[in-house]
Amino acid sequence: MNFHERKLPVSASYFAPHTLDEAIEVMAAHAPDIVAGGTDYFPSRDRSPLDRSLLDVTRMPELRTISVSDAGWRIGAATTWTDLVRADLPPAFDALRAAAREVGSVQIQNAGTVAGNLCNASPAADGVPPFLVLNAQVELAGPNGRRHLPLAEFLKAPRRTDLQRGEIMVAIHGPPVPQGATSAFEKLGARRYLVISIAMTAVLIVLDDDGLISEARVAVGACSPVAQRLPGLEAALVGQSPDSPGIDADALPELTPISDVRADARYRAEAVPHQIERALQRAARYG
Amino acid sequence: MDKRIGLNSIAFTLNGDSVVTRPLPGERLSYSLRERLGAKDVKVGCDAGDCGACTVLVNGAAICACLMPTHQAEGRTVETLAGLRGADSAAEALADSFAAHGAAQCGICTPGMMVSAVALLRSGTQLTEAAVQDALGGVLCRCTGYGKIIDAVLAAGEPHAPPQGDGHTGQPIQRLDVAGKLDGTERFGDDVAPPDALHLRVIRSPYHRAHFDLGDLQGWAGRTPGIVTVLTAKDVPGAQTFGVIPAFADQPVFAVSETRFKGEAVAAVVGSAAAMQVFDETQVPITWTELPAALSMSEALTDEAPALHADRPGNVMCKGYVACGDDEAALEAADVTVEGSFTTAFVEHAYIEPEAGFARMVGDRLEVHACTQAPVMDQEALAEILGVAPSAVRIVPTGVGGGFGSKLDLSVQPYLALAAMRTGRAVRLTYSRTESMQSTTKRHPAQITARIGATADGRLNGMTFQGQFNTGAYASWGPTVANRVPVHASGPYRIADYRAEARGVHTHCVPSGAFRGFGVPQSAVAQESLFDELADKLGMDRLEFRILNALENGTPTVCGQVFDSGVGIRACLEALRPAWAKMRADAQSWNRGHPSLRRGVGVAGGWYGCGNTSLPNPSTIKCGLRADGTLVLHQGAVDIGQGSNTAIAQIFATALGVPVDKVTLVGADTDVTPDAGKTSASRQTFVSGNAARLSAEALRAEILARVNADKGAKLNLDGDVIEIRDAAKTHRVALADLPADAEGYVLRAEQTYDPPTVPLDANGQGHPYAQFGYAAHLAVVEVDMALGTVRPLRVVAAHDVGHAINPNLVEGQVQGGIAQGLGMALMEEYLPGRTDNLHDYLIPTIGDIPPIETLIIEEPDVHGPFGAKGLGEHVLIPTAPALLNAIHDASGVRVTELPATPARVRAKLRERDHG
Repeated sequence: MNFHERKLPVSASYFAPHTLDEAIEVMAAHAPDIVAGGTDYFPSRDRSPLDRSLLDVTRMPELRTISVSDAGWRIGAATTWTDLVRADLPPAFDALRAAAREVGSVQIQNAGTVAGNLCNASPAADGVPPFLVLNAQVELAGPNGRRHLPLAEFLKAPRRTDLQRGEIMVAIHGPPVPQGATSAFEKLGARRYLVISIAMTAVLIVLDDDGLISEARVAVGACSPVAQRLPGLEAALVGQSPDSPGIDADALPELTPISDVRADARYRAEAVPHQIERALQRAARYG
Repeated sequence: MDKRIGLNSIAFTLNGDSVVTRPLPGERLSYSLRERLGAKDVKVGCDAGDCGACTVLVNGAAICACLMPTHQAEGRTVETLAGLRGADSAAEALADSFAAHGAAQCGICTPGMMVSAVALLRSGTQLTEAAVQDALGGVLCRCTGYGKIIDAVLAAGEPHAPPQGDGHTGQPIQRLDVAGKLDGTERFGDDVAPPDALHLRVIRSPYHRAHFDLGDLQGWAGRTPGIVTVLTAKDVPGAQTFGVIPAFADQPVFAVSETRFKGEAVAAVVGSAAAMQVFDETQVPITWTELPAALSMSEALTDEAPALHADRPGNVMCKGYVACGDDEAALEAADVTVEGSFTTAFVEHAYIEPEAGFARMVGDRLEVHACTQAPVMDQEALAEILGVAPSAVRIVPTGVGGGFGSKLDLSVQPYLALAAMRTGRAVRLTYSRTESMQSTTKRHPAQITARIGATADGRLNGMTFQGQFNTGAYASWGPTVANRVPVHASGPYRIADYRAEARGVHTHCVPSGAFRGFGVPQSAVAQESLFDELADKLGMDRLEFRILNALENGTPTVCGQVFDSGVGIRACLEALRPAWAKMRADAQSWNRGHPSLRRGVGVAGGWYGCGNTSLPNPSTIKCGLRADGTLVLHQGAVDIGQGSNTAIAQIFATALGVPVDKVTLVGADTDVTPDAGKTSASRQTFVSGNAARLSAEALRAEILARVNADKGAKLNLDGDVIEIRDAAKTHRVALADLPADAEGYVLRAEQTYDPPTVPLDANGQGHPYAQFGYAAHLAVVEVDMALGTVRPLRVVAAHDVGHAINPNLVEGQVQGGIAQGLGMALMEEYLPGRTDNLHDYLIPTIGDIPPIETLIIEEPDVHGPFGAKGLGEHVLIPTAPALLNAIHDASGVRVTELPATPARVRAKLRERDHG
C-alpha cells in the first residue's frame, strides 16, 4: 500500500488564477490564505495541519511589472527581491535595491515578494523604510474595487495592516522621485546573511549646488511598532552637509525601540543616529 | 471557474523527467520531492528558509524547497543535486573540487551548497570570494567553517591532482566516504524509512513547568481518521528513567503529571503519513496548568525554589573538585592578582540535520535506524526502557548530519521503539527544527568566578576557580562537565597551588549535555581572559606570559599528572610568535588612521584530555580477509563528519602495511561491528584508532606466521592472493585455499584498546587522561566603536595533534571548530522558548568566518596511534577567549558576558566612556 493512498477528507483547494478578477472572486468565495514567495507564510505555519485553501498570487502578470515614468513609479505586488535587484531603476531606488540584496539570502530574494514583506507587517521588514522614503502608496483590490493608501497608513501595528477581508495588494507605487535624488540603506544585524535587522535606516536626499541637503527623507525600521519616517529630523537636515549632520539621539521622538533577543532598547536608540549619518554619507557619495 | 490548479494532480519537470504528483494544498515542495517523488537528496533542516539545505533550482533560480508550495512548481523545471550530477558540467566540476578540498564533512548541507554553487557558476558572474559568499550565504554549514567550501567553488573546473600514494597516515587523502555526500545518495536519519512507515509526532509541554492531565487519548485516537495509537508514560514497560550516566538516570521518556522544561515530551501520536499531514496538535485532549518555574541558576538556588529532583537538595546535581598546593597562601604571596566573573549562554548544537530515524520489528527483535553518535549506548538504553535484553535491540546508525555532542543522548529512539513495538509497523519520526532546539541538549550556561596570581617575574602563583553550570531539568552529561572543568580550568599551564570547584545546577530549562569541549570552552573564557589582565598588570607581552607559564614535559598538571613527552602547548604558542608580532604591528598601524574602526589581536591557549575522565573507555575494532581477497574493516566509530571512517582506515592500512584503497569499510551497526565506543571526548582517532592499529597488527602477525616471514615483510594484496616479501624470499598465500568462518573470513583479528588512566582522589589528584591535545589561537578583529559590531579578520590556529593522520581532515576540524567558537563568542545565545529557530538563534554564515590559517604541530604522544592525539574539541576551546582578548585589545573593553553581541560591546564602551 502506498502510504498516501488512504486519502483523508480534505476540502482545501489551491488556486492560482491568472487574472485579478478571478483572484478577487476566489477571495470572496473561499477566504483562502494568500501565498506568494512563501518566505513568511511557511515559517509561520511550521507544522500546522494542511487544511487551509491557498490563493497563489504569483501567476498574474499585472502583479509582476515594474515601471518608472514621469508620472511616477509602480512595482507589481508579486515582484520578487531579485526582480528589483535586476531592474533598471534610478538612484532614488538604490536604498530599495540595497534592501533587496539584504533580505535573507539569494534563495529568499528569488522567491520573496515586496507585497509579502509589507503585508507580513514585521516591525523589522527590510522593505518598509526604503518604500517610506519613496512616499510609497499601496494599491489594494477587493470586492468593492481598488483603493490606494499611503504605506504609512497601511501598516497599522506589528503583524497588522489595513488589508480588509477579500482584499489583495496589487502594487506599490508613488509619485515621481525628486530630480537628482539619491538614496541609501543601512542594515544592522549580528551576522552577515540571513539576519533579522536590529535596526535599519533608509534615506533619500537631494543636494543643492553647494553640496548641502535641500531635501531629506529618513525612515527607520525595527525601532518602533511600525517603521517610521522622521519628519522633525528631515526638516532639520535641510541646509546641512550630509557629511557632518550631527544627529541627536534625543531628537527622534518617532522612535520607541524595545528590547528583544537581538538588542536592548538603549542600544537601538544609540545606533540609529550613526546609521542615519552613514546612510546620508553613502547617499551623498553615490549621488 | 477553473482556477483550481492541482486540486487533483500537477505536472512539472524534475531533473529532466516529466512528473505528475498530487500534493495537498499548502504542501511544501521539499515534502513532495522527498516523500512523493523520491528525491531524498533534497535535505530538510529547518522548514523555514533559514538553513538552505533544501535548495533546488526552479526554472534555474535557487530557492528553498521548504518555502514553495508544490503547486507553484506546476509547469516549471525543478533541478536537484541528484539530477544535476551527471547532467550538468558545473555540478561535475563542483563535485571534483568539493572532494579534493574536503568541502564536505557531515554532508547534510552539501546538496544545498552545491546546488547554490551551480546557480552561481551558470550565471557567468565573475568568481570572487565575495560572489561565492553572496551566492552561498543562504546555506548554513555547522561543520566546515566554510573556508574549504569557498575554496572549492573558486577552484571548480580547475584540474585536481588525483590522490597519490598508499594513503597511509600523514597523507591528506580525500575522505573515503565522500562520494555519497556529493551526489545526494548518502542516507541520513530522515531518508531511510520504508514508504509504508507510520509517522510519529511527540506532544510536548508548552510551558517551562506545568502540571498536566491527560484526557481520553485513546478515544480521541479512535475518532480521528488515520490515527493509530497514542503513547504515554504508562506505555513504557521497562525503566522509567534513562540517562547517559547510569547513576544519574533521571529523565523519563514521557513526563508523568508534571513537566520540567518547555518542550518536554508527554505523549506520542502515531498515524498514517496522510493523517499526520492534517494532524492538529491542539485537538489532542491534554489539559495544562502552568506552574512557577526556575529558569536561572540564581532562581533555582533560592530556598523557595521548587526542587526539580527530590534526591538532589537545593537543586545541586553534583560537584567536581580539583585541588593541589595551597591556593590561598599562593594568592596571598603573589605580587599581582586579578579576579573576574564571567557568564556564558546556552549554546545550541545547530547541526543542520534534525534528529530523525525509524524503527521496526524484525521477528521479535527491534531495529532502530537513526542518526546517533553512540550506537551501543543507544542499544543498552533502549533495552532498559523496553525491558528487554540488549541482544533484542539492533541499532543501525544512518548518516549523521552533524552531532557535536548532542546526538550522544537518546532523542527519537525511545518513541520510535515503543511505537514500533506497539503497532508492529515501521514507524518514523523526524524532529522539527523547533522541537530539536527545544528538547535536545545544549552547552551549559556557566557563571564563573576566578582569581589568579603571579609573581613579579611573571610566573603564575595560585588560582581559585568557582564555576556553576546550568544543567537544566535533567542530568544528561552534566556530571561529566562538572568533573572535567576543574581538571582543565587551569589551562595548559603550570599552576602549583590551585583549587577549582564546579557544580551543576538544575533549572526548568532544556537539559544541558555534551557539546564539543564539555564545559572547558566556558572555563577557558574565564582563565584566558584573566591571563591577559595578569600579563597587562605585569607589563608583560601577553603571548610571552603564556609561553613562560606553559606546561612542559616533566611538569605536573593540576591533577599531579606528569607527562614525560608530548606536552605541546609551548610549541603551539611559540608557533604563533611571527603572526603575533606582524598582526599586532599591522593593527597598531591601522588604528593610527581609524579611530572609529579599531583593530586588535588576541591570543589564547587550550588543552583537552582525550577520552573519558578516569573511567574505562575501550574501543574494539574487528577486521578480516575473505577468500576473494576483500579486506574488511569493521569500523564502529560513528563518522559524524569529523572523518573517522577515513582516519581509522588510514591507521589500519598503515599498521597492516597495505594501501588504504584495499580496505572495505563496514559501518557502525550493533549487529555487525564491535563496540568502538561513542564519538565524543576527542577519543576516536586516539582510542578507536589504537584498536584499529592493534587489530591490523594482529592480522598482520597472523599472515606473517602462516609463512614464517620476517616482521618487516612487505604485503601485497593481489586479488585472492597475498604476496609476502621479506629479505629471504617472496611467499604467497592463496586465500581461497583457506577455510572460511561463519562470517566468510579466512583470516581475522579483533582487538580492544582502553587508555590507561588512574582514578582521581578526593582532591582530584590522579591521571584523568592518558593523553592531552594542545592548542593556541590568535584572532584579529575590527570593532566598530559606534555600533559595537565585531568583524573577525583572521585566525591563526596552532594545534598539537601528535601526528596528523590526515592533514586535510585536521584542517577541516580546526576550521569548523573555530566557526563554532566564533559563534559562541559573538552571536549564539539560546533562550528557551524564545529562540527556538535558526533565525532568532544565529549561527555564523559563510560571510562571518575570517580566513583561518592552521599550523599543525606534531609532538608525538606515547600512547596515540603513530603518536596521534585527539582533536575534535580542542579546536574551539581557545577561539572564544582569543576573540574576546582581541576585542579588548582593539577597543579597550572586556566583555565578560557571552555572546559579545553588538549591544553588549556597546554597553561596555558606554560604561567606560560615561562611567
